[in-house]
Parts: sequence; structure tokens; C-alpha cells
Amino acid sequence: MPMKALTGNEAMAEAMRQINPDVVAAYPITPATEVVQLFANFVADGRVDTEFVAVESEHSALSACIGAAAAGGRVMTSTSSQGLALMHEMLYIAAALRLPIVICGINRSLSAPINIHCDHSDTMGSRESGWMHIFAEESQEAYDSIFQAIKIAERAYLPMIVSTDGFIISHCMQRIDMLEDKEVQDFIGECKPHHSLLLTDKPYTVGPLSLQDYYFEHKRQEIEAMMQVAPIIDEVGKEFGDKFGRHYGLFEEYKLDDADNIIMAAGSAAGTAKVAVDEARDKGIKAGLLRIRVMRPFPYKQIQKVLKDKMIISVLDRSDSMSTMGGPLFIETRAALYDTETHPPICDYIYGLGGREIDVENILSVFEKGEIYKKKGVEKKLAFIGVRE
Amino acid sequence: MPKLKEVIKNGNLFTAGHRACAGCPGPIIIRQALMVAGPNTVVTINTGCMEVASSIDPFTSWNVPFMHEAFENSAAAITGVEACYEAFKKKGKIKKHMNFIAFGGDGSSYDIGLQALSGAIEREHRFLYICYDNQAYMNTGIQRSSATPRGSHTTTSPAGTVIPGKIQKRKDLTEIIAAHDLPYAAQASPGYWNDFMKKVEKALNCGGPSFINVLSPCPLGWRHKADESIDIAKLAVQSKFWPLYEVENGKYKITYKPREEVDIEEFLKVQGRFAHLFKPENRHIIDELREDINYKWDRLERLERLYSD
Repeated sequence: MPMKALTGNEAMAEAMRQINPDVVAAYPITPATEVVQLFANFVADGRVDTEFVAVESEHSALSACIGAAAAGGRVMTSTSSQGLALMHEMLYIAAALRLPIVICGINRSLSAPINIHCDHSDTMGSRESGWMHIFAEESQEAYDSIFQAIKIAERAYLPMIVSTDGFIISHCMQRIDMLEDKEVQDFIGECKPHHSLLLTDKPYTVGPLSLQDYYFEHKRQEIEAMMQVAPIIDEVGKEFGDKFGRHYGLFEEYKLDDADNIIMAAGSAAGTAKVAVDEARDKGIKAGLLRIRVMRPFPYKQIQKVLKDKMIISVLDRSDSMSTMGGPLFIETRAALYDTETHPPICDYIYGLGGREIDVENILSVFEKGEIYKKKGVEKKLAFIGVRE
Repeated sequence: MPKLKEVIKNGNLFTAGHRACAGCPGPIIIRQALMVAGPNTVVTINTGCMEVASSIDPFTSWNVPFMHEAFENSAAAITGVEACYEAFKKKGKIKKHMNFIAFGGDGSSYDIGLQALSGAIEREHRFLYICYDNQAYMNTGIQRSSATPRGSHTTTSPAGTVIPGKIQKRKDLTEIIAAHDLPYAAQASPGYWNDFMKKVEKALNCGGPSFINVLSPCPLGWRHKADESIDIAKLAVQSKFWPLYEVENGKYKITYKPREEVDIEEFLKVQGRFAHLFKPENRHIIDELREDINYKWDRLERLERLYSD
């Protein structure tokens, strides 16, 4: 397997090249621009057969992707932040029309104030749109996950976002073990859509008006489709691992088995947290990490199993929900644990908004606070890391 | 003009059973366009009257592949379909020639979907965009759009005791589209079906993006009788309120020139939306409308002359 030093964006663009989609419709936005730009070069140099549609907005990007996917094509795009927010209306439509589009997402904060750096507000804000969502910790996982996303989406008939942390991953160079082009094609196989708008001898109507009499049935089926996704993600992750040696699941456990003091995180901060786990263990803390990889569907049953007997769970959220109850990862994990008999203590830390750094010391202090909470109970349900207050 | 004997063989690609109001020319416009385009056609449509009336789950009037995504993006949607067609063609997965048509009402074409329409034309996708222009947001209940003419009563530009209906003039979308220097743009009216069908044929064969703006009198919003729609569509042309013309590769041509002068009042007086303009205190608006119309017609004639010399 070839090995290359690539940034996160370069790795994602390479993955798109190897997939060679039928249609890519995209619009530039920092920090995802590079993915689109690199892909445009592949098109200009004849390295892909893709029809590249350089649209006039993200709204039209996803609208064109939906059109192309309904025509039966394998379709991809890339976006961030405001771009994903502008797509918001179309996210729901892509999912409800059951079109397996894949977005290379680069996580970036949402305005205002305008800020180009990483947090998870953009994709977290889309988590009820019906898209499956993978938070990649680093570039290798992003690269590998995009191939899996194509397969998962086309199996589940649902669209998927694979995202990396803006700049932290998207613009940092890393060693990537690449697959051969042929290996990619063999793994993803041919796109075999159920329907196509181009089959004029079997004309079909997409996106009709559906009122009180049928709308609910459509949505119920969409919900059911999402309920069936978790095993597909596991299955495809296993297929990938068996072939290429890197296994992926719904979440990653790092020294979790014997740990009682747990941190939960998604994205690049999980890498930092792994170092903090090791350092905390040196200090005698039984620290462990649960890194959420799949945010949608939320693997609540699997999380219950591994967290039910822990003594303290500290969630790191890179966005807030504005519910005043904490960030989305915390709220959903806490809801998942409601069904356990043990009700392990859990608290939330909002960190890193607008690209604010989080370091090993910050995470170590969370473990240390966890040691206190283990004895005295949770004193502060919601806290903030690294902010002036 | 495509031969009727030929196009009739394409069958009815937009069937009866749709829920359009009595007297609505929308279905006539769609049916005539599809008659020319034939069955190898994919249609996208913006949210609006023709969308909600033609595809109420589990029924559909469309005998061609049809997709509705949202209010503002039928132009973007059709470019995705067309791009996929091109990709499949390149890979040898598809061989037949196909037509791509996007429909939208005036609200979704002049206002919320103008950006997507402009972008799709600039990218030179091969598709025809047909705007059925009933000059207000009729589907939501007759609200003003930028296509609503000066003086018209709508529910958001009501003829009140102080403000006499919409005070601004309407946007000229056909000219905005023509400014994209696309191969073909035209204006048509269901009162002149042969002119419209000829324009559809030209548009579909121009090899790139094309646009036709079709006036669509709305009995509900314009407040006229259901059986008067086509007559009013003719009056609009005869009074020069809605000139029939085309811009083919930049060349302007007026495709119908009224033989007799028909004053704008003849067009206005048969519609309830303009009734208040005939009060003495509002008659100046009729004069302004007349001026607007004469200015546009004069300009069109000059542009036509410019290219005929």
C-alpha cells in the first residue's frame, strides 16, 4: 500500500478521486475549500470521469447533488459551517428522498461572530436532519471512513457526512496509508440505485406533496431506516478492517475496560485525550476514553453497556445546545444512561468553541475533577474549559 | 412550429386529474411544452401551484420522470440531473437524447429562486427553464412578488384607502435572463399556443440553457372568470402589456405585433385586481402603467431594429 504525507483535506480529496463519483457539485468555503479545489484539479487533469458542477451556493450544491442522486448517480460534495447551514433545508430533503449522498464535512464554528476555526456547532446543528454522521479523529480515519460512507449510504439508502476538525485536522499533515485505486473500486463496488429519473420508460415522481394521509408513513420509514443503520456501519467497518487491517466501529474504547473515570469526546480532541489518559494513569487515576465516532445514529444501546458501571463520566462537547442543559453529546449520553439501573454520575464540559485550543493539561484537570466527583458526587453539571468568565 | 400531427403522437404526458383551479392556464402550458419535448424528458419543479396541484401523493399527473425538491431550486436540481446524464453518457451507460425542463412560478423564479436560475444558466447546462408567471404568490394566497405589476391589488399590497395596491413596477425577468447572453430566451402567452410551442422547440434545440417566461392569468388572483383566462392572455399581448418576443443568440425579435391599438385599460378593466385604479384619485397609476408599457415596447422595437439592419 502506498504511503503519503497528506493534510486532512488532501486525504479527503484523494479519497474522492479514488471513488470517482458520477457527479460532484460543490461551492468553496473555508476550511473545506481545498477539498473542492483539489478535486477540480483532478477533473481538469482528466484523473476522474466526474461531472463537476461548480455551483453558485451550497444550497444549489446540495440541490444539484439531490438531482444527480435521484438520476441514479454516485454523488459527493464537501462543505463547512455556514455552507452546511445554508444546505440545512436540503439536508432534510436528501435524507427523506433516501438518496445516498456523501458529504466530506470540515467542522467549523457558526457565525456570529464570524470565525473560520473548529468547533462542532455546524454538524451538531444538523443532527436531526436524517443524515448519518461520522466524526473522524484524524486524517487516516477520515480517508478510510469516506469509502465506508459510500458503502453504508448506498446500503442504508441514507446520506452521510464524514467530518474532520477544521484546520486541526483539515490543514495538518499526517502519514496516510493509502489504498490502491483498484482496491477502492473493488471495496465500494458499483452504484446500483433502485430508481433513476433517467429511465423514461419507467417515469417516476419524486418529492410529491404528502399530506396528513401519507406524510407520517414516509417519515416512519425514514426513522426505521436510521434504526437499521448501526449494524450496517459495524458490518462495513468490519469488511474494511478485514481487507485493509484498520477496523472501525460505532465508537472507540481507549483503556476503557478497567477504567472508572471516563472522558467522552468526538473529533481531534480525542487524540489529545488519549495522551491525557496515559498521563492520568501514571498518576494512579483509572482513566479511560470513549471516543464517539458515529454521532448519527447515536449508538445509545452500545454506550449503555460500556458505561453503566463507571464511577464518573465527563463529556467533552465542542458545541452547545442552547437548551441550558449542556452540549449535544452530553445530553444524548445522559439520556442513554437513564435506562441503566446504575445511573452513573455524568457531567459536561464545553470546550474549544471557535477553535480555542484544548491541551493535555486541560483534559488532565477534567480527570482530576472526576476523582473528586467520584467521592463527593458531581458538583457542577456543566462547566467550561479555557474560557474567560 | 412543430407539426401538430407529429407532436400529438407523444401522447398526454401531463394527465387530467390534477387539482389546478378551473381556468388555470398552468396545466395547458405544461402539457403543450411536454407535447413538444416528448417522453424522453425529465422535469423538475419549484414548490408552487403546479407542484402541489400535480403530484399529491399517491397520485401524479406526470407521465415523464418528475422531481420536486423545494421552493427555490428546480434550476439547480435539473442541473444535477443533467450532470448525471452527461456522466452516464460519457461512461456509455446511456445513449438516448434527453430533454431537461425546470418549471417555476414567478415567486420562485423572480424572487427566491433567482440565484439558482442565474447560476444554472451561467454554467451552461443544457436545460429549458419555463416560468409560468401569474404575477404573485398565488399558491400561498395572492401575495405580491417582484413580478406583480404596478397598481395591482394583492394580499400583501392591498388596495387601501391610502396606498392603492403595489406602488413599485414589476421586475423584468426576461431581460435579466437575456443579459446572461444565453442561446435562447423568450416571452410567450397561452393565448398564442402556436407561438409558445415554436419557442419550446427552439429552446430545446438551442444546445444550451434556455428560458421562456409564460404569462399565466390566474382567475383567483387576478379576479376574472375562469373561462376568460385565455382571452385575457391574448389581451395582455394585444395591449403590449406582455410582448411576445425572443432573444436568439443575442438577436431580438418581436414574434407578434398587434395589428390594432388596444389600450391598456382594456386589459386592466376585466380584472378585479386593478378595479381600484379606475377611481379618479388612482387613474394616474393607469397612466404610469401605460408609460411603462410604451417605454418597454419602444425599447424592444429599437432592439429588434438594431439586429435587423
